[in-house]
Amino acid sequence: MTDGIGRPQSVAVFGGGSDIGLATARRLVEHGTTRVVLAARDPARLPGAEALRAAGAHVEAIAFDADAPETHAAVVAQAGEIDLAVVAFGVLGDQERAERDPLAAAALARTNAVGGIALLTALAEHMRAQGHGAIAVLSSVAAERPRRANFAYGASKAALDAFAQGLGDALAPEGIHVMVVRPGFVHTKMTAGLPPAPLSTDADAVARAIEDGLRRRAPVVWAPGALRWAFAVIRHLPRPLFRRLKR
Amino acid sequence: MPSTADRILRGWGRATASRAAVARPRDAGELAEALAAAGPRGVLARGLGRAYGDAAQNAGGLVVDMTGVDGVRTFDAATGEVRVAAGTSLAALAAAVAPHGWFPPVVPGTAFVTVGGALAADVHGKNHHVDGGFGRHVRRFTLVAPDGAAHAVTRESAGDVFDATVGGMGLTGVVEEATLQLVPLRSGAIREEITRADDLDDLLARMEADDDRHRYSVAWVDAAAGGPRLGRGLLLRGDHTRDGDPPALPPARLRAPRWSPGGLLGPVTVRAFNALWLRAKPRAAAHGLTPLAGYFWPLDGVRGWNRLYGARGLVQYQCVVPPGAERVLRRLLEDARAAGAVSPLAVLKRLGDGEGPLAFAMAGWTLALDFPAAALDLGPLLDRFDALVAEAGGRVYLAKDARMRPDALRAMYPRLAEWRAVRERLDPRGAMRSDLARRLELA
Repeated sequence: MTDGIGRPQSVAVFGGGSDIGLATARRLVEHGTTRVVLAARDPARLPGAEALRAAGAHVEAIAFDADAPETHAAVVAQAGEIDLAVVAFGVLGDQERAERDPLAAAALARTNAVGGIALLTALAEHMRAQGHGAIAVLSSVAAERPRRANFAYGASKAALDAFAQGLGDALAPEGIHVMVVRPGFVHTKMTAGLPPAPLSTDADAVARAIEDGLRRRAPVVWAPGALRWAFAVIRHLPRPLFRRLKR
Repeated sequence: MPSTADRILRGWGRATASRAAVARPRDAGELAEALAAAGPRGVLARGLGRAYGDAAQNAGGLVVDMTGVDGVRTFDAATGEVRVAAGTSLAALAAAVAPHGWFPPVVPGTAFVTVGGALAADVHGKNHHVDGGFGRHVRRFTLVAPDGAAHAVTRESAGDVFDATVGGMGLTGVVEEATLQLVPLRSGAIREEITRADDLDDLLARMEADDDRHRYSVAWVDAAAGGPRLGRGLLLRGDHTRDGDPPALPPARLRAPRWSPGGLLGPVTVRAFNALWLRAKPRAAAHGLTPLAGYFWPLDGVRGWNRLYGARGLVQYQCVVPPGAERVLRRLLEDARAAGAVSPLAVLKRLGDGEGPLAFAMAGWTLALDFPAAALDLGPLLDRFDALVAEAGGRVYLAKDARMRPDALRAMYPRLAEWRAVRERLDPRGAMRSDLARRLELA
């Protein structure tokens, strides 16, 4: 159960290899979480599991394929009682390929959007039955306004983001908290080698924002927080001006 | 069977919440039917929801609201023995018996608890050092097992079931009615004596010296005071007066706003209020007559006072430590103050021995501190408190708890295995469940 000061006991990370997912789990374990389920495509190879065990958590690794929505309900059931689910999987894709290759575009949308939406639906059913729970969904600032440089990724996150917002509204009367997390440029293995954008951050900072947002029961958090105000402007920039922005 | 409605249930502190299907049976028959309908996430009885944490929540399961199973069933005005339905509030019980010259033997700080809840938490009042907890005054009760079968339980017929249910947090079955021995009441007033203590040593010395000469005794500690004034406070003692007419109890009146800014009970306002309140009381002992309800249930006059802590609610930390561990009390007050997590309501009182395997009470000192749940670093602070309390051989009160961990519970409640054995016999399928039980791996 999540206790009276907002500390979940049991956390499941979908995308168990994700830097942000693992940083969040590490932070929560430091603050009292005792059980972590890491759901990943290859549960035998999860380098983050050992650090969590060393910190005192009971860690279970289970197989999870985002691209197989028909398995999601069973995977969620296998995770058992979940106080907090962190939906952290996703692919960045290759923008250039996705612009020209229909299959590449579809693959990106299938993992991030279709897989994410299917998993959220399975988690919602699981938590309805539990009568409690919280879900943190890793979206992106790219979901807020699609940019020339990565709109294929941005569009897939926008779909996930919109679904998660609506799901949050649907689950609020049941006492289940859904939180959309919109990080900016995060230095992780997903972005290794890419030129960082302004207001870039790291996985630990995103983890802090997630923990804080969960305690406040925030519907949306930005990481870093200043991006919320930056995007309040960017969202409304006239298109000719927006097109001239480098990133 | 009675219909159910999905509801979000919270603790009194409003810091915990979960959804359950709630049924409100009106009699024993409907209660048995409701229990039979329990699903895989089990069932739990709930009274008036005064447990501060998650003790009366059952996420995803069934919760039986017992307030419909109420009323005094038989009452002997000559002996003061009363048989009362478990969903009856102590307010209603007191109102029914007081005009006949009787009073509930143990009342907590609110009259809005049910008899069943008082039994399940084995609540204590300001008279625990003399009279023990609520359970001590229970003669027998009817326990409905999760399969719907009703058992009459006395100390003589089933001592282990009796002891595991008193203080058993509702996890051994549902108490449907209880027979209590009331205490005689000669008037509607309490003769109250208020003394001021300059620091913690002074306060503890005064309580040790002559607490036993008063039926009721409790100390209010100014948790905002530190340094040489640490532990200063007011010692409030009371005794029933002997003359006058037995009273009718006035109903609660005020109501706190539905919403209030979270900062209302912040350190600055608390410090200012405490200093003023303390100064308003004379240094020497003051005596006065106080009406019963005002003496026992001062906060009941302000309905919904728990909302004053803002949206995230409050967490109360109540522990007991044995005699000789007074340094722990000092340390808790010091650390709470140093952390800036000032508790406006700090209450200190002496307890006598407890009874059952899950009893909170033990001879010693109990200290209760309120914290806004949103206070910074409250988790680590209270985890450290747990370690200090457990090391001193003390305990945290489960009816107040919203955040303890299973390992701390095991350290504090050495008779846990004994309690579990009785529970498993009574409820082999583990149908009686609560969020508290899940969190603490109690059952």
